[in-house]
Amino acid sequence: MMASSYNAKDEDGHITVTGPGGGAVLRSKKPENTAFKQQRLPAWQPILTAGTVLPAFFIIGLLFIPIGIGLFVTSNNIKEFEIDYTGADTSSPCFNCSQNFSWNSTSPCTCTVPFYLEQPYESNVYVYYGLSNFYQNHRRYVKSRDDSQLNGNLKSLREPSKECEPYAYHNNKPIAPCGAIANSMFNDTLELFYNDPNGTSVKILLGTTGIAWWTDKHVKFGNPGGVDSNLSAVFQGTTKPLNWRRPVYELDSDQSNNGFVNEDFIVWMRTAALPTFRKLYRIIGKSSQMVPTLPRGNYTLEVVYNYPVRSFEGRKRMILSTISWMGGKNPFLGIAYITVGSVCFFLGVVLLVIHHKCGNRNNGAEISN
Amino acid sequence: MVLCNVLFPDCTCMGEEIWLDSRTVYIGHKEPPPGAEAYIPQRYPDNRIVSSKYTSWNFIPKNLFEQFRRIANFYFLAIFLVQLIIDTPTSPVTSGLPLFFVITVTAIKQGYEDWLRHKADCSINECPVDVVQQGKVVRTQSHKLRVGDIVMVREDETFPCDLILLSSSRHDGTCYVTTASLDGESSHKTYYAVQDTVAFRTEREVDSLHATIECEQPQPDLYKFVGRINIYKDREEPLARPLGAENLLLRGATLKNTQHIYAVAVYTGMETKMALNYQSKSQKRSAVENSFNLRLKDTVLTASVKNHLLSNSTSLVCLPFLLQVIRAFTDFLAFMVLFNYIIPVSMYVTVEMQKFLGSYFITWDEEMFDEELGEGALVNTSDLNEELGQVEYVFTDKTGTLTENNMEFIECCVDGNVYIPHAICNGQILSAASSIDMIDSSPGGYRREHEDLFFRALCLCHTVQVKEEETVDGIKRGIHQGRPTSFYISSSPDEVALVEGMKRLGYTYLRLKDNYMEILNKDDEIERFELLHVLNFDSVRRRMSVIVRSSSGECLLFCKGADSSIFPRVVSGKVEQVKARVEQNAVEGLRTLCVAYRRLSESEYKEARRHLNEAQLALQDREQRLAQAYDTIEKDFVLLGATAVEDRLQEKAADTIESLHKAGMKVWVLTGDKMETAAATCYASKLFRRSTQILELTKKRTEEQSLHDVLFELSRTVLRQRSISGLSVDCLDFGLIIDGATLSAILKSKQEGAGPGNYREIFLEIGRNCSAVLCCRMAPLQKAQIVKLIKASKEHPITLAIGDGANDVSMILEAHVGIGIMGKEGRQAARNSDYAIPKFKHLKKMLLVHGHYYYIRIAELVQYFFYKNVCFIFPQFLYQFFCGFSQQPLYDTAYLTLYNISFTSLPILLYSLVEQHITTERLKRDPSLYKDIAKNSLLRWPVFIYWTCLGVFDAVVFFFGAYFLFDNTTFTSNGQMFGNWTFGTLVFTVLVFTVTLKLALDTHHWTWINHFVIWGSLLFYVIFSLLWGGIIWPFLNYQRMYYVFMQMLSSGPAWLSIILLITVSLLPDVIKKVLCRAVCPTATERAQSTRPCLTVEPSTIFMLSQSSSRMSF
Repeated sequence: MMASSYNAKDEDGHITVTGPGGGAVLRSKKPENTAFKQQRLPAWQPILTAGTVLPAFFIIGLLFIPIGIGLFVTSNNIKEFEIDYTGADTSSPCFNCSQNFSWNSTSPCTCTVPFYLEQPYESNVYVYYGLSNFYQNHRRYVKSRDDSQLNGNLKSLREPSKECEPYAYHNNKPIAPCGAIANSMFNDTLELFYNDPNGTSVKILLGTTGIAWWTDKHVKFGNPGGVDSNLSAVFQGTTKPLNWRRPVYELDSDQSNNGFVNEDFIVWMRTAALPTFRKLYRIIGKSSQMVPTLPRGNYTLEVVYNYPVRSFEGRKRMILSTISWMGGKNPFLGIAYITVGSVCFFLGVVLLVIHHKCGNRNNGAEISN
Repeated sequence: MVLCNVLFPDCTCMGEEIWLDSRTVYIGHKEPPPGAEAYIPQRYPDNRIVSSKYTSWNFIPKNLFEQFRRIANFYFLAIFLVQLIIDTPTSPVTSGLPLFFVITVTAIKQGYEDWLRHKADCSINECPVDVVQQGKVVRTQSHKLRVGDIVMVREDETFPCDLILLSSSRHDGTCYVTTASLDGESSHKTYYAVQDTVAFRTEREVDSLHATIECEQPQPDLYKFVGRINIYKDREEPLARPLGAENLLLRGATLKNTQHIYAVAVYTGMETKMALNYQSKSQKRSAVENSFNLRLKDTVLTASVKNHLLSNSTSLVCLPFLLQVIRAFTDFLAFMVLFNYIIPVSMYVTVEMQKFLGSYFITWDEEMFDEELGEGALVNTSDLNEELGQVEYVFTDKTGTLTENNMEFIECCVDGNVYIPHAICNGQILSAASSIDMIDSSPGGYRREHEDLFFRALCLCHTVQVKEEETVDGIKRGIHQGRPTSFYISSSPDEVALVEGMKRLGYTYLRLKDNYMEILNKDDEIERFELLHVLNFDSVRRRMSVIVRSSSGECLLFCKGADSSIFPRVVSGKVEQVKARVEQNAVEGLRTLCVAYRRLSESEYKEARRHLNEAQLALQDREQRLAQAYDTIEKDFVLLGATAVEDRLQEKAADTIESLHKAGMKVWVLTGDKMETAAATCYASKLFRRSTQILELTKKRTEEQSLHDVLFELSRTVLRQRSISGLSVDCLDFGLIIDGATLSAILKSKQEGAGPGNYREIFLEIGRNCSAVLCCRMAPLQKAQIVKLIKASKEHPITLAIGDGANDVSMILEAHVGIGIMGKEGRQAARNSDYAIPKFKHLKKMLLVHGHYYYIRIAELVQYFFYKNVCFIFPQFLYQFFCGFSQQPLYDTAYLTLYNISFTSLPILLYSLVEQHITTERLKRDPSLYKDIAKNSLLRWPVFIYWTCLGVFDAVVFFFGAYFLFDNTTFTSNGQMFGNWTFGTLVFTVLVFTVTLKLALDTHHWTWINHFVIWGSLLFYVIFSLLWGGIIWPFLNYQRMYYVFMQMLSSGPAWLSIILLITVSLLPDVIKKVLCRAVCPTATERAQSTRPCLTVEPSTIFMLSQSSSRMSF
């Protein structure tokens, strides 16, 4: 009945209402049938279930624990010796120097700190100086430098960037190198003597090169006027930073380690991340296969005490350390690896149990459904 | 209108009641004869349409002002200014650049749109119009039209402004108009000229017309106009004639089937009704957006507390007080700058982009394309995409939404005798005489008379127009080629169905000619009736009438309407039989109309005519007075019979409703139909099942008992049921039926301050516990009231309204999400909706699939953005404790700037566009999955706290991991030391990898684009870092990053710690996911894990290799 009457109506030729917009809009608006538009792109659809994640946990566990052990052992094999020579308490040999400090004293104060190495240091030994409570990462400090000047730009040499303020000009002369970082450069001199059991004191040779990043020394830092220029002439018209005893072109007698490319200077210019930090000072090269670089015994550290730290409650240290492929002594990484590995392994076991229980339950539920 | 709004701010809201002001229009700018009224030239705007917002000179300031009025933009501007003014850790470029980018892109977009509007305005304003001046037709530009100008419009031209029709080329003074561009109704409507001006048919004559028009000031209602024309004829009293909406030709409508007309401009330019309707809808905001704005405020607060703590600790002791304060303040600002990255500009951009681009998937969806209509889904607002996944209440219209609105005449019954038009299958209609199937054949004079009257009544009582084939253009769709046939066109499909049904029963309505209606009766004779009055249909009266004079000079009033509006007015006729038949038909889901007539004596007719004319002439309260007049005329009927028209259910309507039910949505049907019909539809569409216990809250019941008792009884029933079967899930479900009268009684009770037990609350309580509610006999406004009532109930559920007709617009605008169906009753609903779909069945995919996806996507997007920025900024915060609270940034400026813009932006954007945690098929098959995301479950506090904790945990891992690694030791094999930038870069590298891999863990749908974007952005980070540190950048005053990244990568421990830290930070999330899934899986998770059951083995192995390789990346 219904169908027939419907047909009849069609044939009858009556339509009640025309389509939207009349007959004019007849263009097809049919959307394209592409996988993207229909949200039907082929896809991989992973889900994290106990079953699938389980093996990953075991693998992580099995990988991390050996790595951790390896790291831990390596770290433990590294020898490190640290001595505080700040002279904060009266018994310290440097107490006098730290007390009588004045910026403009001409005669340097020297103190001697004896120490004893209980183990021989094989291979290369790295000498660090360490400072504590020194905020090299303070914002105003970090930005107080002129990289363009340090790169050897002559214009910046004459007109240091305003970032260097208030260490940009002194007596109307541009400061080279400008800025607070350079001004506060560490200028203690550390020397090591080995006290032979037979009574003689042997000065240990400290290598001054290779302590800064190669790229810093050769690309980022550069003396104005090129490699072989006469530095004192180039720096004519500039003045040394206020706290410095010598101008920048007298930092070292070696021309390739002088001026802005002096490695001590470059090392200092790389600001440390944390208020307690150490910086590489010297490298004691391994002399021969047979003899340890630093045999066990008594040593003396001779300090030319120039750098005041007591005003900000700072500390100064000298550190001797050997190095492995993973750097200096740092048990943290090894322990962390072992911990994470064990946790993962443990979780793997827990998940295994859960997987078995819930898996069974789920299956049961599905069957009952 | 703008002016009107300013002067009389309440004129739109009180509109009809108060006659505020009228305007007097002098036709042809001629002064009225002296003595009539003082000639006060009023100033009206010219006919220029301005839809553009800006001009070339005010674009920049105005646009900037508009943009910075958004809180977010202003916040970023403030940060930028702070950076410019005081010495801050990062350069102004880092925040200025993104802000500049966003502002410029928005400005360009808005500028372009405005330019387009300018162009459109220009072409509209310059299109030619013909104006009658000094008896000649002069061609001028549209924008030069003034109020009072006489305009000539030719066929198929669009009216340039709102006009009062004076005369037309048709000698009866009518013209046909289509308002397709105004409200989408493509049917031809007839407009009339005042009979006294019809004679002015040439330019010269029209120019000699001396008249004024008084009318109301413009108002936006398209279907309302009240005015009066005063025609002056040599020294006589002016002749006043009423003007109504049927005399007013609206700008934007097109003249059809009429050669030309003359009309006078009354509203011009921005005062036309079309322009007044431009005003944008108030913007709906999604709940998700609200919740993340809340979070934003929250984070700003915590950030500033953090700032405060930090800046206090920096302020030095020895400074003088004032200096200290200033110092503390600048420190505060500096910290603010440092931590402002936690709310990045990019989040706004990403969210906007996600919404905009994401909405294309709806329009692109092939399954939501309707071949018949030739149209797919439309998105009018993309702001509400995710709201589609949150719907709790669905309010649907019945006619045209659940049903097809494709009316089919089924039967009619005259005094209880049923007639069914018969047709033979192959389309040949049987001859008229034999097509009447008489069930009860007891011929008699009385019966015969009623039968004749009944068929004539149906042939005469309507507003159907006839379009002959040759005059119809553009409407025929090639179906009826070459057949000299005619179309019936009407705004109501019921009428067409009835007239067509009559045709099949042998009575053909031919045409309306010179106010005479012609009918071809069964015996092929033409009968002519003079049409005296049409008492138009309205939804309050729910009936319409015509008054005709037959050839024998007899005055007859025919009325057809809803049974409830006819029966009380009937004095004689076989009421019982007809009523029984009507009820039976209604139960079958047919739409029934009753037909009655009344013989008018000459005096009665005169009386009626006087009433009508008086009411039509009234300037004030015309509506009301007309209604009164109708009321007095339409009475003392003799019942003739009833008709039944079938409105078939839309395809898959039942399936859709069932799915919505399963998805936990409550479906309410709101209809104007009568209860029985509506209930039948509800049963057919499975809204009510056989097991449903129906609760009735209808007038019939409240007449027996008091409303109070009924309400309490029902609520007791509902609550008892719930307490008994509190545990068993599949308890008996309830269906509620309520009608308009009862609803208004319930709503009214509030105003009376009903003492014990608020009726509203009880009603809501009952409604909430019913799975389906049917509201019948609803006026359009009542529909909106119901939506509002539910919206305001204490859970604040998300509501969705779906409808197709103009009567659903108020409900669509009121609901959180309004969906329009591109139906047959015009496109008003579709235009006012937020989304428009071709068919009701598309709602299923719209909500269950698109809504679900959008919600999942936006939830992840918002949470992830907070997470990744907590990860980003929290190490920065921790670093302050180690750098003397000096606001030293941990990361390099480039990293700070690019983190949100490029390193981590694309994966999440892509995720938020294509993620499908469950397949489309599964979502469609299993609607109950929708319950998993109900009530904003993915953006609730516990989830947010989880993400924040995860972010803080990760940040702590990054920072302290790097801290212990750097702690006083070296980690290169050549003893050289790293500085603070390496420290930051290490943290940053771990950060970028962790955050990206976290998203990878959350991704359930890996298309090649996901792979490309996720691995690509990691690769991009590495390449960028290599490049950024690889050369000495000229024009940059610092080279702090030079070789930092490479140096870091050259160290073994750095690699080891990066791997370790990434593993540790991802671990808790993986464990949480796995445990949750194993211990208490949600329905979604179950659905995910049952899916690959066919291919468990290979996929697991593939997974393993993937996940392990990812772990040790």
